[in-house]
Amino acid sequence: MLWAALLLPRLGLDVLMRNSPDANSNLQNLALISRDQARPTIVDAMPAVRASGVRRGQTLAAAQALCPQLKTAAHDPAQEQKLRELLAGWAYGYSSHVSLREDNALLVEIGGSLKLFGPWPRMEQRWRAELNALGISHRLAVAPTALGALALARAQDGVFVGNPATLRQALDALPIAHARIDALAVEALRGMGLSRLREVCALPRAGLIRRFGAALADHLDRLCGAAPDPLPLHRPPDRFHARMEFDHEIESSEALRFPLRRLIGDLCAFLTSRDGGVQQFELVFEHDPLQFKQLPPTRIAIGLQSPQRDARTLLDLCVLRLQAGTIPAPVRALAVVAAQLPPFVPLARDLFDEPRGAQLDWPQLADRLRSRLGSETVYALETADDPRPERAWRKRVAASNPAPLRKLGPRPSWLLRRPQPLRGEPRRILAGPERIEAGWWDGSDLRRDYYVIETREGQRAWAFRGIQGEESWLLHGWFA
Amino acid sequence: MAVFAVITNPSIDAVLRDPRIWRGSANEHEVAFVPSGHAGLDAALPHRGWTQGAMTEILFDVDGIGEFDLVLPALARLTQAQRHVVLVAPPYLPYAPALAARGIELGHLHCVETASEIEALWAAEQCLRSGVCAAVLCWPRQASDRTLRRLQVAAEFGNALGFAFRAARAAANPSPAATRIQVRAEEGTRLRILKCRGANPPALSIPLRPAVAHIHMR
Repeated sequence: MLWAALLLPRLGLDVLMRNSPDANSNLQNLALISRDQARPTIVDAMPAVRASGVRRGQTLAAAQALCPQLKTAAHDPAQEQKLRELLAGWAYGYSSHVSLREDNALLVEIGGSLKLFGPWPRMEQRWRAELNALGISHRLAVAPTALGALALARAQDGVFVGNPATLRQALDALPIAHARIDALAVEALRGMGLSRLREVCALPRAGLIRRFGAALADHLDRLCGAAPDPLPLHRPPDRFHARMEFDHEIESSEALRFPLRRLIGDLCAFLTSRDGGVQQFELVFEHDPLQFKQLPPTRIAIGLQSPQRDARTLLDLCVLRLQAGTIPAPVRALAVVAAQLPPFVPLARDLFDEPRGAQLDWPQLADRLRSRLGSETVYALETADDPRPERAWRKRVAASNPAPLRKLGPRPSWLLRRPQPLRGEPRRILAGPERIEAGWWDGSDLRRDYYVIETREGQRAWAFRGIQGEESWLLHGWFA
Repeated sequence: MAVFAVITNPSIDAVLRDPRIWRGSANEHEVAFVPSGHAGLDAALPHRGWTQGAMTEILFDVDGIGEFDLVLPALARLTQAQRHVVLVAPPYLPYAPALAARGIELGHLHCVETASEIEALWAAEQCLRSGVCAAVLCWPRQASDRTLRRLQVAAEFGNALGFAFRAARAAANPSPAATRIQVRAEEGTRLRILKCRGANPPALSIPLRPAVAHIHMR
């Protein structure tokens, strides 16, 4: 076993940074404060704020005294949990052993993954690039035990210890506070004059158990690899739901682009981790509950012809739908929901496929057209086995069987959706009559004599009269 | 074998009709084309068919004089080769039985319905540009010079056959289309090539549909 610990030192701030459109502008002086109304304390702060002496656990009043231009935002543990789950999904793409047991870290077993993604330096480079793209500040370390990796990550970023024998050496020099030991025990050990793990591990086990209980001894065993460390494993969910709330109302679809790109990016990271695509998803735009009481959230469903997970394709589709302009009120929050996730089948391409223009295929193009024009607007035709001209065709659905081609009389290439009176008298009759008398079985029967006629303008038309020979001509198609 | 066949054929016409023979009047670049399926028209066009990667304008006065017939053989050939053809906002319902009887593979013929002219032009441009569609047909009613130029650029980019069906009164305005053909009902239907890139348009009109007194039913 080889565990990578992905330490997330600034998760709360990352949540905020990810949700704000321009990363560096006015967040320099930001601090996260706890939701404790009576006595808010600092949970985390940006480096610029820390530089002026603000520390975790200080009261807001003390921090404001140290850093007058301090701006605050409320700490939101639920959002952090969301982000942790997203990261677990991302890590699941590298290993099936992902644990969320630790609050501010992700533990990933990579011993089995190095063959595919490794060696570690290459994998590390890839991880860091992907984490930066996701906007996550992080520290990484690898060790044969999960707790060992975690302790090393807290001490130093980028440590790799591959061998159980050298783990002890690496751990020995670490301060005891890094080892996830209970805070009371840390205080007591410090009081005994012990500050390094080496010194604690050298204590006789029986004495340690007597003083601190079996929990600490077991913890040290798991840390050093002397005892197994069973971790609860993360299982990816079958649906995706990500939501973003805004400080102010957004009124233009252009301004929705940034949060949309972030959410679609998260969706695609999630899809990649389960090696799947998305075929149907929903954009949910929530409006201000006070101002628009009666207004339910606007939901825009987006369907694709085949499962996709390309962020750009999906974003393009969403933007096209937004431009169609269907949101009735300013937006306070945006969510992307994918309830059904089909397995992904990547497109097989020809090895010597000639590149032509933008690399699209028909399903993608059809999706793009549908996303702006509406879902029923793009279709193919097929013949239907019905003698009535109006019913001899239908829109093609994927699984339908076209009727066998019948030998018919002359048929026009354009059909009028409903017959219209013919203007003027035909110049001459070119063919006919062809009697069509059908439909008695379902109540919409018709009895017509069809002719091919030529109008005065030289047009060739398909027109009919009733079989009694009434003189009114009805135009039904053009031989265009 | 094919070369031998040409040499043994004494007719100069047959030699000149061979697309491998380079003629001074023809465009120097190699131009891909799709035969129109009308022998008279193919002979009159410099590339012996519809030019790929360009717009072709078909100008006509009234419906039902063979304006759609003009392109059907090419569409049949393309759909049978499993290439996609898109009709963007056709003026009437494309009638499946008639199209199937003309040899069109209906599974590769797609219709796009639009609510407005602007949407139709957008859809046509997307289809032309995508490189997915072999041919895109549209019926712009108030297309400006600029929108036609956009379509022409999109057709070049996607290497597609673009057909714009327009009212005959647009013939007077200049157009960026590579080929412009006017369809007119006189005695029967005749075509007049107003413009063809790569050659001077022929002076004579070409018969498309003969005047007939009677059509046999089957």
